[in-house]
Amino acid sequence: MSGATAEVEPAVPLGVGQNATVRRVGIGVWTVVLVLLALFPLVVTNPTYTSIGVFTLIFMACANAWNGFSGYSGYISLGNGVFYGTGAYVLTYAALRLNMSGGWGVFWLVPLAGIGAAVVAVPFGFVALRVRRHTFVVITIAIFFVFQLLAFNLSFTGGSSGLTPPTPNWVGATFNDPFYYVAFAVLVFSILLFWGVRRSRFGLHLLAIRDDEDRARGLGVKVLRVKMIGFVLAALVTGMGGAIFAYFVGQIFPQFAYDPVFDVTVALMSFFGGIGTLSGPLLGALLLEPIEQYLTIQYSIGSVYLIIYGVLFLLVIIFMPRGLVPSIGDGMRRIRVNRTQQSAPRAAGPPVEPSRPEVPAIADGGQ
Amino acid sequence: MTDLLAVENISKSFGGLQALAGCSLTLEEGSIGGLIGPNGSGKTTLFNVVTGYVRSDAGTVLFRGRPVTAAKPDRVFSLGIGRTFQLTRIFGRLTVLENMLVATQRREGWLRSVVRGTASAAERARAMELLGFVGLTRLWDNPAGTLSYGQRKLLELAYVLVAEPTVILLDEPAGGINPTLIGEIRDRIVQLNKEGTTFLIVEHNMEFVMGLCDKLTVMDAGCAIVSGPPAEVRVDPRVLDAYLGSVEEADDDGE
Repeated sequence: MSGATAEVEPAVPLGVGQNATVRRVGIGVWTVVLVLLALFPLVVTNPTYTSIGVFTLIFMACANAWNGFSGYSGYISLGNGVFYGTGAYVLTYAALRLNMSGGWGVFWLVPLAGIGAAVVAVPFGFVALRVRRHTFVVITIAIFFVFQLLAFNLSFTGGSSGLTPPTPNWVGATFNDPFYYVAFAVLVFSILLFWGVRRSRFGLHLLAIRDDEDRARGLGVKVLRVKMIGFVLAALVTGMGGAIFAYFVGQIFPQFAYDPVFDVTVALMSFFGGIGTLSGPLLGALLLEPIEQYLTIQYSIGSVYLIIYGVLFLLVIIFMPRGLVPSIGDGMRRIRVNRTQQSAPRAAGPPVEPSRPEVPAIADGGQ
Repeated sequence: MTDLLAVENISKSFGGLQALAGCSLTLEEGSIGGLIGPNGSGKTTLFNVVTGYVRSDAGTVLFRGRPVTAAKPDRVFSLGIGRTFQLTRIFGRLTVLENMLVATQRREGWLRSVVRGTASAAERARAMELLGFVGLTRLWDNPAGTLSYGQRKLLELAYVLVAEPTVILLDEPAGGINPTLIGEIRDRIVQLNKEGTTFLIVEHNMEFVMGLCDKLTVMDAGCAIVSGPPAEVRVDPRVLDAYLGSVEEADDDGE
């Protein structure tokens, strides 16, 4: 043992259980944020702002779903708009076929839209998940445009004139609130789902695939199956987001339901906040989507936000290449390390071994 | 003792390069086999064929008498054939403990794997025990990417052990690490072998294989040319002819 012990001297001694501490802080912060988001329409009643709120919640759920597959597995998808659009069309088409009138009832179709998108994800994934890295990105873009083209040309999608879901007859002042709370429910579902994924054995396999897919295969990980499940779960949530979007805006067209900007936006939000982290994509969407909506409304030019996005993205890539959340985490850790170094007496002798428990505290609940 | 692993007439070419040309070898259960040969003689390709990473052009691989020639890597591993890589491959952004848990084998459906946690308390305890076995206990919560090269070799051995494989194929376990640690690795192999694990080891360090292996197989140009006890193999004229000329070279770049 002695030889190995001499060898194992880490360059930077990292605190034990720091992962557990970071996790606890994260849960606390997000509980507060979610409570604030739940109270938002009660405090702010201006429909302009609650409308921004609806879009923000939808994008938080969808960016989180994007990260739940692409961020964990490293398979960067630029085709999640397929799921968003499919969700939008499934809700609208089903509501029209069932002759539903506008009201709360239509929201029951949101889970159905999610399932519709998940079903679409199976053949999509079966084709795309066989290739890796750049090829995967290109294939997802190609398949995305296939779906947009289908929406333009199939008969039941209404072609380029689109489809109009039933309109609820809610009063103007609180019209947005039902959409807001349903979007909030989908967001909570998205967070719980991918938080669970991160803690599951399947989630560990996704992360292993990100780091070295071939090695993971050689350790018994059934990689195609793991990737497929992740892809389908991302589709499920994204489809639900698209369904709320369709019902909320009240008119869907192929180029806005299957929107290439959506593909890029969810990926961008995740990169901005910190890809592969639980909080990053949520934070990215929470910061970027209100800016986008505000600028669009304020200047009534739909594309100003793209310029802002570009600048922000460049700044983050240059100064915080791993995204906001990991950079903030590093900063906090550095402060803590500095503080402990200052408080500890500077002995000239050999560094004292920090006490470490022999068995890890089971921080992320074993079973 | 019976043949646990039998490779029969395996051939593989990459384009015009014949990496394996009808290679055959056997490995007895409970033994430590050594596989030596000059660089480029096909040792690693043979490992890749056995573990399902490379599809052979011809020939069969038998594990406990059953063909596993066309099995995929995950299937091969679940049958009980583990391996390490010449250039160690670990999951750099996962913690050391998480690395250990990737290989945990369970018979469970896909739904259960989604619903259940990364590991049960027993699986964690077992993973920590194996980290203790290779002397990495202190580093359990660190990202595996921060480990040194030697530590990575130990981690790679340890996470393969999690699944309790019947046979482990080691690709240059002593390559590029310091002599003290080589001794450590040797001790671990001997101890595991006593507990019943079979080994097949590719290694350029002659001292290491001569002392450790029950049987040595020498490969040259994609064929197994000689096979037998180390003492016999080292004086075999065919081996001297094919191999010993390049021992100096192997020592220079290896250690």
